[in-house]
Amino acid sequence: MQVTIRLFARLRDLAGTGELARDVEEGATVGAVWGTLTGEFPALAEYESSISTAVNAEYSRMDSAVSDGDEVAFLPPVSGG
Amino acid sequence: MSTTRYRVTHDPLRLDDLIDAVTASLDGDPPPGPGALSTFVGLVRDHNVDRRVLRLEYEGYEPLALRAFEQIGQETAERWDVQMALHHRLGVLQIGEASVMIAVASPHRADAFAACRFVIERIKQIVPIWKHEFFEGGDVWIEGATANPDDDGARENAYRLASDG
Repeated sequence: MQVTIRLFARLRDLAGTGELARDVEEGATVGAVWGTLTGEFPALAEYESSISTAVNAEYSRMDSAVSDGDEVAFLPPVSGG
Repeated sequence: MSTTRYRVTHDPLRLDDLIDAVTASLDGDPPPGPGALSTFVGLVRDHNVDRRVLRLEYEGYEPLALRAFEQIGQETAERWDVQMALHHRLGVLQIGEASVMIAVASPHRADAFAACRFVIERIKQIVPIWKHEFFEGGDVWIEGATANPDDDGARENAYRLASDG
């Protein structure tokens, strides 16, 4: 199945893109999508312990399941205001 | 007249829009007359740490940011008798421009002041918006808190800051 990955701020800079589509296995979790991503972009791995995640624009956890067509977002520590 | 409570926009912010959103009646009746109105405006500063800041570029995950605004609105209403509006700007902002505006209306001034403080603290904890700082000699993404909307400790800390003033 395929998911759309969204990256923001410095994660986007490190990967060189803010949006990409990737195939993941059926039953994959957000954490598995992150694993695919860090395999492709090792520089992202430093964010492993500080990112937040979202599925279809709702905050999620690393062990949340993803489905075909989902938008999975990885968010570095926030700095709004 | 705009009565949008929660907004993420690339356009300049207007405080009157927020004040209208928390004081105007939604059904055409006369406004209820809240008694107290507290506002907060965040402005782009010309320095940060020891850097001379030239401009900021704000990026956001807009649909999730709006959901976080809704959550902050619910948390605010659970604690205080208030109406709240929150607008945040994205894109390139020059020194002195407003990046965020909050308006809180309440029958009681203490509630209005406290809720306004709570909202800005909570924004910095859970809203997916980022500052890209351009300063003399370089640029850096500012990274603050790891956003976790279910972190009770962070939320309680924001309530405590608001209550202590």
